[in-house]
This record gives sequence, C-alpha cells and structure tokens, in this order.
Amino acid sequence: MALFDIQALWTGGNNRIRGGVHPEPRKEATADRPIDLGFPLPPMLYLGLQQHVGQPAEPVVNVGDHVLKGQLLAASQGMISAPIHAPTSGVVVDIMDYPSAHPSALPTPSLLLEPDGEEHWIDRPEKTDPFSLSPEEISVRVGAAGVVGLGGAAFPSAVKLNLGRRTKIHTLLINGGECEPYLTCDDRLMRERAKDAVDGILIMLHGLGCQQAIVGIEDNKPEAYEAMRSAAADSGQGRVEIALVPSLYPMGWDKQLIGYLTGKEVPADGRATDVGVLMHNVGTAYAVQQAIRYGKPLISRIVTVSGGAVGAPRNIEAPIGAPLANLLAHCDYRPEDTVRYVMGGPMMGDALPHPNVPLVKGACGILALTREEVSASDAKSCIRCSRCVTACPVGLLPLEMMTRIRAGQLEAALGYGLKDCISCGSCSYVCPSEIPLVHYFKYANGELLSRDQANHKAEQTKRLAEERQARMARHKAEAAAAAAQRKAAGKPKPKLTEEAA
Amino acid sequence: MNTHLLSAPFTRSDLQIRSIMLTVVVAMMPATALGIFIFGWPALFLFLVTVLSALWFEGACLKLAGKPAQATLADGSALVTGWLIALTLPPWAPWWIGVVGSFIGIVVGKQVFGGLGQNLFNPAMLARVALLVSFPLEMTTWINTAPVFSAAAPSFETGWAITFGGRLPADGVTGATLLGWIKTELSQGRKLNESLVSGDFSLFKSLLGWTRGSLGETSALLLAGGGGWLLRKKVITWHIPLSMLATVALLASIFTLADGERYPSPLFHLSSGSLMLAAFFIATDYVTSPNSLAGQLIFGAGCGLIVFVIRTWGGYPEGVGFAVLLMNSLTPVIDHYVRPRIYGRDRKGRPLELPEGRE
Repeated sequence: MALFDIQALWTGGNNRIRGGVHPEPRKEATADRPIDLGFPLPPMLYLGLQQHVGQPAEPVVNVGDHVLKGQLLAASQGMISAPIHAPTSGVVVDIMDYPSAHPSALPTPSLLLEPDGEEHWIDRPEKTDPFSLSPEEISVRVGAAGVVGLGGAAFPSAVKLNLGRRTKIHTLLINGGECEPYLTCDDRLMRERAKDAVDGILIMLHGLGCQQAIVGIEDNKPEAYEAMRSAAADSGQGRVEIALVPSLYPMGWDKQLIGYLTGKEVPADGRATDVGVLMHNVGTAYAVQQAIRYGKPLISRIVTVSGGAVGAPRNIEAPIGAPLANLLAHCDYRPEDTVRYVMGGPMMGDALPHPNVPLVKGACGILALTREEVSASDAKSCIRCSRCVTACPVGLLPLEMMTRIRAGQLEAALGYGLKDCISCGSCSYVCPSEIPLVHYFKYANGELLSRDQANHKAEQTKRLAEERQARMARHKAEAAAAAAQRKAAGKPKPKLTEEAA
Repeated sequence: MNTHLLSAPFTRSDLQIRSIMLTVVVAMMPATALGIFIFGWPALFLFLVTVLSALWFEGACLKLAGKPAQATLADGSALVTGWLIALTLPPWAPWWIGVVGSFIGIVVGKQVFGGLGQNLFNPAMLARVALLVSFPLEMTTWINTAPVFSAAAPSFETGWAITFGGRLPADGVTGATLLGWIKTELSQGRKLNESLVSGDFSLFKSLLGWTRGSLGETSALLLAGGGGWLLRKKVITWHIPLSMLATVALLASIFTLADGERYPSPLFHLSSGSLMLAAFFIATDYVTSPNSLAGQLIFGAGCGLIVFVIRTWGGYPEGVGFAVLLMNSLTPVIDHYVRPRIYGRDRKGRPLELPEGRE
C-alpha cells in the first residue's frame, strides 16, 4: 500500500470490502498434495443424527440391521432437516448418545455402524440427464441425498434451493474463497474436480431457474482459478463466471462476497435472496452433482487435516462418522505436541477437548495445533488502539461492547450492535492486548438468549395463569346468572351435565 | 492442555502492546538525539531524569494497586509517556521540572484513572500544561542552541550544575522561540517580515530543528520522518496527523492570503512549535483519541483549529497542549455520535429498506 494513496488508506485497499485481516495463510502444508483417497475404513463409524441446522434426523433402521452403502439410516424431520445415509455397508450395532464434535464433546444421539468391509452399494437410480428433470425434482433429490452446506454452516441445501427458486434470484454465487488459514479442501476440490464442480453449478442453476453463476476464488489460489476457468469455458455454456477476489479474511463471509461480487448489501433483517442472490459453497456444488448425476448421497467429504502437530498434513476424502483420531493418526500426528484440537478453521472453528469424536458433514478441517501456533497468553488492558474497529467487517465497535459486557451491562452492549456480530474473530486476531473479544460476545449473546427464553417462559406461565383465572371467574359468573334465572323462573335446579355444557 | 483458548480464533497476529510502544520509541529517537546534541549535557540529564522518574512512578503506583509491576512496566507505555514529557520540556529546565512532570503525567494523568487505557487526557500534554501554568518561568526559558563540542556548549560539570544545582543560565544564552517572538512583536505593532528579519530566525533552520525550543520539538523534519515511519509500520493511521496538519495549513493559508503582514504562512506554522510532535505522537495516542476513522478525522481537525486559534489570537504563543486536552475531553462525545455504519443497517441502526419488489 502506497504511503499516500489516500483512497487505499481510507478503505484498506478496496471500497467494496469491509474490514478484514490478513492472517498467516499456512496453507502451503496441504495445498500441493493431491486428495488422499486411501483412508482405511475405521472399525466403527459414529453417525450423529444432527449434523445439520434444523431438526435432527429420525432413525429408520433398527439395531442389528445389516445396511448397504448409501442406504437411508435416518430420515429428515420437519421443514428444515437432512437425512443420514450409510457411508459403507455394515451392521447397525447401537443407537446411543455418543460424544460429538462440540467444545465439550457433548454426547448426542448417534447411530453406530460397524463396517463389514464389503462396500456393497444399494441399487442406485438409473443415470438420468439432470437437465430433463424439473427444477422441483432437483431440490427433492438434493434433499433426499442429505446434502448440506459443506463450507461449515451445514444448512440443508434443498431448503436453500427452494427458497432461491421461490424468490426468483438472478445470480447464484459460489463460494470458493476458503479464507480460513490452513484449509485447502475447496482449493484441492477445484483443482482436481473442476469439471464436476462446474457441472454441479449448472445443475444448481437449473434447479433454481437462474441464468448466471459467479464463482469467487481468492487470488492466493491461482491453480484452482485456472482449473475452474477452463472447466467453465468447456462446459459452463457462458453462464458460469469465475472471479478472482482478494485474499482477505473474512472474504468467505457470504455478505462480504456478495458485496464484492455484486455490489449489493443485504438488509439487517433480510436474507441474501432479498437482493436476488443465493450463495452455496463450491464443495456443496460438487456434492449436488454427485447426488443428481450418480445418485450418491452425501456419505463422505474432503477434509483438511493439518496443524503443526500433524506430521503428514493433507486433504483426505473421508467417510462421514470416522473418528477424528483415526484421521489424525492416518496423517502421523503427535498427540504430545498438540495443545488444541480444532474442528473447522482456526478463526471460527470449535475447540475439541479430545479427538475421539466423529467427522460431521460440515467439517472442513481438523487441526492439531502446537503451543507455538496458538500463542495464547493472558489478556492485558485494552489500549483503545481501535484496530478491532478497523478490522470488524460488520462495522461494530468491539472494544466498546467488550467493556460493557465486562461491566455486566449486556443491554448496553446490545445497543452497540452485539446481535450483528458474526463471530468471525477478526477483532480477537488483531488485538495487541490479546483480549478474547469474540469470547465475550458469544457469552453475552448466549446469556441474552437464555434470559429471553426465561422471560418468555415466565410470561407464558403468567398468561396461562391469568387465562385460567379469567375462565374460572367467567364460569362462576355464568353459574350465578343461571341460578338467578332459575330462581326467577321458579324452576328446580338442573342436572350437573347441563351446567357444564 | 491450554486452558486459555477455549473459544475461536485460535490464531492471532504477532502484534503486542510492547512492540507498538517500542516502534514509537524508535520513531522518537532521531528528534531526541538532535535535541540532546544541540542542547548538550543538561538536556541529556533532564531527559534521563524525566524518563526514569516516569518509570519509577508507574512502578510505585502498580505496587500500590497490587498489580504485577514488572510485567506492566515491560509493556513500554510508561517509557513512552516519560519520553514524550521529556521532549516537551525546555532543555535546560531544572531536574525537578522533569520529576514533577512525570508525577503529573503518570500518577495524576494515568494511574489515578485506573492505569493503561483508562485515562481521559493525554498524560504528556496534561503534564506539559500543568507545568506551564504552575512554573511559567522555568517552562519558558529557551536556551540558544549550543551543540556538544562547540565553544558555547556547557561542560559536563556545568551541565550537571544547571540541571541539578539550580544554576541559572547566564544572560545572553537565552531568547524567545520563533512563536513567542512573533507574538511579542505583533503585540507591539510590528509587521511580520520586519520582526522575522530582526529576530535572526530562518525558516530553514526552523524546519531542520536548529533553533530555540523544547528538547525534542524543534525539528519538524525529523518528527515528520518519525511519523512517516509510524505510518509505514501501521502503528498509527494517517487520519489524525493529516487532518490536524491540514486544518492548520488551510487556516494559515486563508489568513496569510488575507493579510500577510499579520498572519504567518502555513510553512511557518507547520515548522514551528510542537505541532509536528503533537500531530504524529500525541494526538494519535490510542487511549485518548476516538475509535472510528471518521471520528479521528474530526478529532484531528478540532486539534488543528484550536492550535491555530490559540497561536493567532490567544494569550500563549503555543496552543498544542491546550488543543489536545480540549479535544481529549470531546473524545467520548465524538465516540458516542460518530460510529461506523453497521452492515445491513443505516446510520441510525435501522435495517436497510428491502429492494423494490421484495417482501
């Protein structure tokens, strides 16, 4: 950045980008290694019934059943949900609460599948031309295949496709940003399977009834950009544009990418579809293609296994439900050097107390980080340097919110836009005093949520009690009125059933 | 297992308070070295006394408050405050001026408010202004340049006596600063270019720093160079320095064009007094300046305006200290009203309107 380039200094380089930081990429460890397809099947797979946003799936098999690869194990429930399929053939040995990929390894309902090593597929539907299917049918099949957002959010993809079709979006944005450090699974996917990914994008466009798609790829992935560009030129029918975007965290935040690629801003109480765009991850596009072209449900994913404590870091195509410890062991990790296990990227991922939890659909990365990499020391005083303000892509004042939360004034923090925080971690990343800002915001939002719920419950109880009292009073008045009438008419007391009626 | 980091992010930049403060120290070094060179041993003694007493006061306060003294002292913030106070003192001022300055800056200006990050006013400017109004004689005795090794330079013993022995500088080695000279001359009805000639001042010397003035404030060039280094190192942003200097320059241009006999040129303003030091090192103080970039622009412009008003019409020849303190007191107000716009919301925090045709 030139010293006196005023425009650049004012906006941090580009006026279509908000805030952001430049974390050390640390992608070189895995970026140039091909996706490893040789991960041996673990002795047991642990399939959580809720690996997605929404209602948990409901098991449709019984303990002891023998199931085939790709067979439906648990069906989706309600409007927003996703089914779970068998990643391999084997026997369902138990349905129980098993530790999940959660900061406390919270046990959640899971289905335990013991592989038989045969890899017997179920009968898959005949190959059909996706473009002869109706757009509604595309959504139905994507939903039935259990495809969820593979960029980390794990939102059921079919629900998003339906929403996009109903609201008549004009552009499908494909997120190939992968701005989190370490992660290269999308990079590798785009390099090695660009043709399939572009095919998946065209299928999505068909399912949405939409004409154009833009794929945003960070400019630190020139190989992926080239591969996607030539794939789009070969088969994109001119409808898939590949765009380079600056390498900056959080470029992969959907609103950031929407703003950069289309210049549009999504209203605070709205969705991306309100400005006519819909965003999917590039990995999701690939999963959609596999589901529609080959009838393969989402039973595996590409995941980056990396970090300083991993001897042979790489991307692995791994079955859903594989214990992370097996994946890490496959990459020669050193448990004694690991101070922090992370699922996802280092900026927004979840800390895990131990790696004996299963892989879920939304996990892009598994990291075993050393002490040098996490470099955590005690928080010091805030010097109000306002680097967090400049870094915040949302436009919040993290330091002001933090001081309010520390003082217990959660409502005051709300006034500073606490609810708009996207927990991207940019503020904590740049803080020279190492204050865990995002931690404060997550705590405050959680606290406010539970207060709201408690208030709601108290109000409901109060309302029910008041209604009951009103009802009793009404009954009493009615009974009194009826008695008075009877007395006036000189009739005998009626039977109890009539009074009740 | 590391218990500190239970919540993302699990990686962070290398930036530390300490590294920021040390960069500031490096940026101040050239101007400090020049000041000590042209004002000799007494300047060095005063500088050391001020810095060391600042560190001592910081340590003592932390001990009293039961905070870890060593770790906090090592962050370098007290060093920077003491250093800045030293730069703003007349170079031959007695030792106790430095000690009282450090006491006001560190104890009254910073620790009483709760320490690092809690103070409302810039400690160095608070010390400067308090000293100026309490000890006007000591704070306005401006020594002629007497570079080390030159005939006019005091020896080590004489220097020691000047700083610690209460010996007053001999007549004829002191004089007025450029700003003070102009103020006096104008008040006596003399025209600007006459007084500039008779006072043996040159703009070139003033830019370079070879002139009477505070210990480390004389050289606009070296201070601007240090400021440029801070900008390049991204320790500060351009908003406060630029808006402060541009405001002074703009006002000076307007008035000098209107009446060049009365109002000095922008270059005169920019090269003299403590404007450069304040623009890059003092007004940019994180703790006492606004959070948002837009707020910082307002803050800088306000500082520049007050500096110009005091210099031109006020009772003091220089108004940087007052300007910074006054704007410090406005910082909470600026922070309250000037906030960045939150994504998806308008300036008042209401959600943006949905585009046409969407419900």
